[in-house]
Amino acid sequence: MGKKLLLKDDHIAGIQSYDVYRKNGGYASVEKAVKTMTTEAVVEEVKKSGLRGRGGAGFPTGMKWSFLAKPPGIARYLVCNADESEPGTFKDRYLMERIPHLLIEGMITSSYALGANTSYIYIRGEYYYVARILEKAIDEAYANGWLGKNILGSEYSLDLYVQIGAGAYICGEETALLESLEGKRGNPRIKPPFPAVAGLYGCPTVVNNVETIAAVVPIVNDGGDEYAKIGIGKSTGTKLISASGHINKPGVYEIDLGVPVEEFIFSDKYCGGIRGGKKFKAVVAGGSSVPILPADLILKTAKGEPRLMSYESLADGGFATGTMLGSGGFIVMDEDTSIVKNLWNFTRFYHHESCGQCSPCREGTGWMEKILHRILDGHGTMSDIDLLWDIQGKIEGKTICPLGDAAAWPVAAAIRHFRSEFEEYIKNPKSIKDVKHYYRLNNLQSA
Amino acid sequence: MKDIRFSEESMALVQRMMKRYPEGKHKSALIPILHIAQAEFDGWLSPEVMNYVASVMNIQSIEVYEVASFYSMFNLKPVGKCLIEVCRTSSCWLLGAEDVIRHLEKKLNIKVGETSSDGMFTLKSVECLGSCGTAPMLQVGADYYENLNLEKVDALVSRLKSEGKRKTYTDLPEPRTL
Ligand SMILES: Cc1cc2nc3c(=O)[nH]c(=O)nc-3n(C[C@H](O)[C@H](O)[C@H](O)COP(=O)(O)O)c2cc1C
Ligand code: SF4
Ligand code: FES
Repeated sequence: MGKKLLLKDDHIAGIQSYDVYRKNGGYASVEKAVKTMTTEAVVEEVKKSGLRGRGGAGFPTGMKWSFLAKPPGIARYLVCNADESEPGTFKDRYLMERIPHLLIEGMITSSYALGANTSYIYIRGEYYYVARILEKAIDEAYANGWLGKNILGSEYSLDLYVQIGAGAYICGEETALLESLEGKRGNPRIKPPFPAVAGLYGCPTVVNNVETIAAVVPIVNDGGDEYAKIGIGKSTGTKLISASGHINKPGVYEIDLGVPVEEFIFSDKYCGGIRGGKKFKAVVAGGSSVPILPADLILKTAKGEPRLMSYESLADGGFATGTMLGSGGFIVMDEDTSIVKNLWNFTRFYHHESCGQCSPCREGTGWMEKILHRILDGHGTMSDIDLLWDIQGKIEGKTICPLGDAAAWPVAAAIRHFRSEFEEYIKNPKSIKDVKHYYRLNNLQSA
Repeated sequence: MKDIRFSEESMALVQRMMKRYPEGKHKSALIPILHIAQAEFDGWLSPEVMNYVASVMNIQSIEVYEVASFYSMFNLKPVGKCLIEVCRTSSCWLLGAEDVIRHLEKKLNIKVGETSSDGMFTLKSVECLGSCGTAPMLQVGADYYENLNLEKVDALVSRLKSEGKRKTYTDLPEPRTL
């Protein structure tokens, strides 16, 4: 219990460099895979590990890999999703900055398993300096024979490139990412076809998150069964959690899936409790897109069982009383936080980031933002709450990509669990202390 | 007006970039090349610069415009030497992003979206930059400034002013080699 897999060498001085990384056992998974395993055998280990995508959706990685179409004579691609733009999420940056070679190693081993001879790491443009760190690691990997032609004297060849984005949350959505990688606007594609059949340049493509790819390294080194021993139920392995907000110790923590939420928030090993001795009010557990939960429901399920940091436990009770693990962006709020203002901030975000292809998302996010603004401006009416509820319901499930859902869920959850706060603002506009200030802030959007 | 032409070094990088993709797919290099162009031509993409990029890449100008206008990191209007981008989302907002923004507005005597009269600073508020654990934060060029308080903001502005240099996303300690 509590063994780190991804961040185990995090503390070693110089681990960013090839020499130090190699001395600490780096690139062993490439050696093992390329020299001793068939590509199918690598996929099999990943299946056995039970690893689920760490980008947010939690789809089983081994299964995703086995769906990859393999028409003869057609190139296949592995694309790493390093767009990391989900508010509250910063684990991929941490991993890439601290241990860049782990991602490069994971990319090589995974590309081998998938039979990809060219792979890309698509990284958000704001991480330009991180891209440089990765490129340096890639240079070193080429220089030491881990990339390029006939890796370790085998038949297998791989070229790996870092691709830089330019500021667009939607490019984290896998088909928007592929569009962007093709040099276009980041408009999500209609699925099917799925990327596994027609992805980058119309060729079969796997898109995986940074953390997912990094986890392939310990899985290949120690075997899928060993990995599956960590965690609980179908939540196997370790997970990087980005903890932020009103806590004493924000940061990136690698946890065994299944740690109790209460321990995660209050133990000194992790978040270290709420800042300034304040009371704990609410959590957004998996990045801004997942439903917010009040303190009582995040610590215990509706059935009264302790809530655990796992896919199943966090989702227990569905959206009525549960939430999602999502990207692991864990945002903690203290007693002074206004849920309505926070929701306005999120809704403004989704409105800003909507690509505009689907009317429900393009128009709905804008309307939700406007109505929340009206409430915060002291001009709300009780029917505004129902109107918000109605709009979110008309976005969810009715759009090309899941950004629509991601914009709808936070609104539904805030109303579901904190309706009285909306009512208080509407009944008693004076309870909004800094109306003017909010009005002005809203203008920021035009910037 | 200055002649729009990549430096020899940038041109070499641009040519290398276009070769990273399969035959006929060099349009994939558009976004990375626009970053290089923006850095080289005063921090923004004028129509002339976009047309130039189109000609270098042998694609239509409209293909460049539609991409440049989609992504928030591309500036379609002139900006100051230092573009100060303050994160305004979730965790930063919970921990005082508004105070940072208001302080900068006062200090620079501009509103969000504007450029200071000396052409030194443009203030922008942006969405989560993946640094929520060290909120509040802002970005100038390639650099992140984290765990901010108003004193740190003051010190940063003074430093940038005294350096007087343009900051770009591509400002890195070592040149790109790939
Ligand atoms: C709006 C939106 C934004 C997303 N952003 C990211 C992201 O920044 N990083 C990421 O890995 N996945 C993101 N995803 C999920 C990806 O579409 C995709 O499911 C994921 O990259 C698959 O990798 P995984 O199976 O390893 O998780 C996003 C999805 C949506 C709908
Ligand atoms: S749901 Fe929103 S972001 Fe997704 S494709 Fe439609 S308009 Fe674009
Ligand atoms: S919320 Fe500001 S960096 Fe994430």
